[in-house]
Amino acid sequence: MKTAAKSPTAPGPAVKGVLAPKAVLLRRARELALVPALLLLMVLGAVVNDSFLTERNLISILGASAALAMVVLAESLVLITGKFDLSLESVVGIAPAVGALLVLPAAQSGWGTELPTALALLAILSVGAAVGAFNGILVVKFKLNAFIVTLAMLIVLRGLLVGATKGKTLFGMPDSFYSLATTTFLNIPMSVWLAAAAFAIAGFVLKYHRVGRALYAIGGNADAARAAGIRVERVMLGVFVVAGTLAAVGGIIQTGYVGAISANQGNNMIFTVFAAAVIGGISLDGGKGTMFGALTGVLLLGVVQNLLTLAQVPSFWIQAIYGGIILVALMIARVTTGRAQD
Amino acid sequence: MSTQVRKTAVTPLVEARDIVKRYGPTTALADGRLTVLPGESHALVGRNGAGKSTLVNILTGLQAPDEGEVRFDGEPAPAPADRDAWRRKVACVYQKPTLVPEMTVAENLFIAEIHAAKSTRLNRKVGRGSGPRRSRNGMLRPPDKHSINRQPLQRGFISWRKLRTEAAELLATWDVHVDPDARTSDLKVEDRQMVEIARALSFGARFIILDEPTAQLDNREIERLFTRMRALQDSGVTFLFISHHLQEVYEVCQTVTVLRDARWITTAPVAELPRRALVEAMAGESVEAIAEQAVDPRDVDHDAPVLLEARGLTSPSYTNIDLTVRRGEVVGLAGISGSGKVQLAESFAGLHTPTGGTARLGGERLPFGDVRAALKAGVACVPRDRHDQGLVAGMTIGDNATMSVLDRLGRFGLVGTDRKRAFAGALIERLDIHTEGPDQPVSDLSGGNAQKVVMARALASDPRLLVLINPTAGVDVKSKESLLARMDSAREDGTAVLVVSDELDDLRRCDRVLVLFHGRVVAEHPAGWRDHELIASIEGVDHGYGISPGDNPRTPGRPAGGRGD
Repeated sequence: MKTAAKSPTAPGPAVKGVLAPKAVLLRRARELALVPALLLLMVLGAVVNDSFLTERNLISILGASAALAMVVLAESLVLITGKFDLSLESVVGIAPAVGALLVLPAAQSGWGTELPTALALLAILSVGAAVGAFNGILVVKFKLNAFIVTLAMLIVLRGLLVGATKGKTLFGMPDSFYSLATTTFLNIPMSVWLAAAAFAIAGFVLKYHRVGRALYAIGGNADAARAAGIRVERVMLGVFVVAGTLAAVGGIIQTGYVGAISANQGNNMIFTVFAAAVIGGISLDGGKGTMFGALTGVLLLGVVQNLLTLAQVPSFWIQAIYGGIILVALMIARVTTGRAQD
Repeated sequence: MSTQVRKTAVTPLVEARDIVKRYGPTTALADGRLTVLPGESHALVGRNGAGKSTLVNILTGLQAPDEGEVRFDGEPAPAPADRDAWRRKVACVYQKPTLVPEMTVAENLFIAEIHAAKSTRLNRKVGRGSGPRRSRNGMLRPPDKHSINRQPLQRGFISWRKLRTEAAELLATWDVHVDPDARTSDLKVEDRQMVEIARALSFGARFIILDEPTAQLDNREIERLFTRMRALQDSGVTFLFISHHLQEVYEVCQTVTVLRDARWITTAPVAELPRRALVEAMAGESVEAIAEQAVDPRDVDHDAPVLLEARGLTSPSYTNIDLTVRRGEVVGLAGISGSGKVQLAESFAGLHTPTGGTARLGGERLPFGDVRAALKAGVACVPRDRHDQGLVAGMTIGDNATMSVLDRLGRFGLVGTDRKRAFAGALIERLDIHTEGPDQPVSDLSGGNAQKVVMARALASDPRLLVLINPTAGVDVKSKESLLARMDSAREDGTAVLVVSDELDDLRRCDRVLVLFHGRVVAEHPAGWRDHELIASIEGVDHGYGISPGDNPRTPGRPAGGRGD
C-alpha cells in the first residue's frame, strides 16, 4: 500500500510522458511551416523566370516588402494582445504626410512652417504614437470595441489626409525623407535592415522579456493575466502606441520607396497586412503566433507579388489574382500548420 | 462486492462493454464498463483522469470507441453520425452550458427544430403513446404524454407566439418553473440545468448524464436539484450522476460505478459500499495511506505576530469587516454563495476593490485594487476559477507558473530561458505536478494538475499571505490532499493563509473558520468544530435566517471526500 502511494497515477499520464520530445519537436516545426512553401515558390520562380533568382530581383523583393513588414509587425503585436488595429494603414499615409506638410513651403502645398527635417521626422513618429494612444485610450480605458474604433479611425485619418493635401500628391521633400529606401548597406536598402532589426528585436522581446510574455498572457486570457499581476491596461495601451509608431516608420519607408506621398498612400494595405499575419500563424483570437511566422508571411506575399509582376500579368487583373493567391496561401497554411486559423 | 452483483432479468437501459479508447499513445480508457438499469440514478466516480469524461463522450456518441460496444435497451447504439438518433437516447448536461446565452429559453428549447434541415420533432406526431421508441423488454417507458406535436415554424418562418406557448407547455410538463421569455444568460445555474434537462427529455431521451451538476451550486440549490432529480426518477427518467462529492452519491444514487486509471474497478449498490471502501476503490490505496500524506494540523501559536489586519472593510459585497491573521495561521472563510466571502478574499489580492476601511500587511498599508502592488506587498492568490482567472490555456506550464515573477528571473525584465525552466521545474517538483515538463501546454493537464499549476503560480512569489479561493474545486481526492498539504507546509514557514471554500475538508485544516452571511461575519469557529455546527451557521440556521431546523438540512453538507469518518 505504501509503495502504491509513492508511485503517482500509474498508467494514464505515464504513457503521456513518452510523447514529450516528439510533441516539442512538432510545436517547433509549426513555426517553420511556411518555409517549405516559401522555398517551393522560389524554385517555381526560378524555373518560370530567369531573372527571378538574381541578386537584384531578390533585393527588390525585400525593398518592396519592407514597408509592409513594418506594418505587419505592428499589427502582429496588437493581434497577439488579442485586439485589432485597422487604422494602421491610414497611419502609413497620414504620418509621413504631416511630416512633409511641416517641411514643405506653402508653394508646394505644404503648411509653410518649413520646420527643420529632423523635427519633421520626429513629428512623423509622434503622429503614429499619438494615433495609437488615441485608439488605445478608446479601446482600453473606454472599453470600446477595437475593431469598430479603429475602423472609424481608418476612415477619419484617410479623410484628414485627403483634406490636408487637397487630394494632391506631395513631393520634393528633403532627402532624409527618402534615405531609408535610397541608401544601402551591402547593396541592401537601409529600410530592409531596419525592418529586419525591428523583427529581430520584437521576436527577442516577445520570447525573452517579461513584457513580451505579458502580451501572450493578455491575449490568451486577460483575466488570468490580471490576476497574475500583469498591468493589462497599461501593456495594451503601450502596444497600441508602439504599433502606431511602427506603422509611421512603415509610412516613411513607403514614402522613400515610392518617392512621393500620394493622398491614398497605404490604401487597402490593411488587407494584405492581415493576410500576411494570419498566413504567418498569428491568431486573430490573440495569444498565439511568432514574429518569425509573421515574417515568413510577409516574404511569401512579397515573392508572390514579384512573381506576378515578372510574369507580366496585366495590371487590371493583378488584384484579383493576388487576392486569389492569398486565399490559396491561407488554405495551404491551414493544412501545413494543422491548426485552425481563428 | 467488487464483482458485478446484478443478476437481473431486466435489460439494462444502457450497457457499455469492454470499451477501449486511445488518443495517440495515450490510453484514455482501457477497460470501460457501465451497466445502467432503467429508472435508477447511477453514480460514476473516479479521480481526474480516470476516464470518466471519455466514457461520457462515448456514451453520448460524441466519440466512437476503438473497441467495445454500447447498447441502449439491448439494441446497438446508433451510428456516430446520426446525431438525432443519439439525442433520442441520451443527453448530457455539462458543467459548461450548451444553451445559447443571448437567446430566450423558448428559442433554446426549440433550436433544433428551427435550424434542422429535416426536423426530428417537427411535423411528426412524436410519441403519443407508441411511436418509434417502443420498449422491447416489457420494461415500460412512461407513455409519451409529455411529447407534444410542436410546430414553431410556419412555412419556414418562426411563429414566436406558438414557440412561446409550446415552450411554456414543455416546461410545465416537467415542472420546471422558468419563464420561457427569459434570456438564458440571466438564468441561475440551477434553472439553466433544468432547462437543459427539459430540452433533453423533449427529444425523447430518458437517460440523462449530469456532469458535476453540483459544482456551481450552493447547498440549498443542491438540495433542490436532488428533489427534482428524485421526482424525475419517479416519472421514469434514468440518471448517470458524476460528482467529486461522495456524500452526494450516497444521497441521491442507488448504484455506483468506480473507474480508476482508465479501468472499470467496481459496480455496486450504494448501500453495500461504505464510504471508506468507495474511497479506497477510487484511490487504489487505503484511507490510512491517503491520510498519512496529510500533515497534522499543529497547535496555533497565539503569540505569533499579526500579519494581516483589516479594519472596517466595506464594499458592495460585504460590510464593516474586521479581520486579523497571524503569521503561520490558516484562517477559513465560509458562507453560502453571495455571502461576500469570495470578494472579501479577493480584496486582499487586489482583485476586488473595497470602498471603505483599511488593511495592513505586516504593519504597512495594503493598497487595494492593484494586483501588482498586492503581489509586491507579499500577497499571492489562487483565484476562484482556474479557467477564467487562473491559467492562460494556450501557454506552457512553465509560462503559467512563472507569470507573476518574471521580473525576478533576470535583469532589465529579460527572462533567461534556462532560469525560467529551472524555476518552473522546481515548482513542478515541489507541487508534484504530473507533466512532461515545463514546456507542455497547460491545456493538456487534468483538472487536479492544472489547479496545482495555479497554486505553483501563487507560491512562486514566496508570499507572506496566501489567499486561496476554492483551491480544490473540481479536483480529485488525491490531488486535493496534495494541494491541502501545500497549505500545511505554507504555514510551517510562517506564511499566513486565507482559505475561501465550500468544502468542509478544506476548512477542517484551518485554525479557525469565519462564517460570512450577507456580507457580515456572523460566526467564528476555532479548529475542532463539528460539521453540523459549521453548516448551521453557513446556512444561517443558528442566527434566525433561512430554513427552519425541522427541514433536515443536508446535514454533513459536502464533507469528507478523503476521510472515512
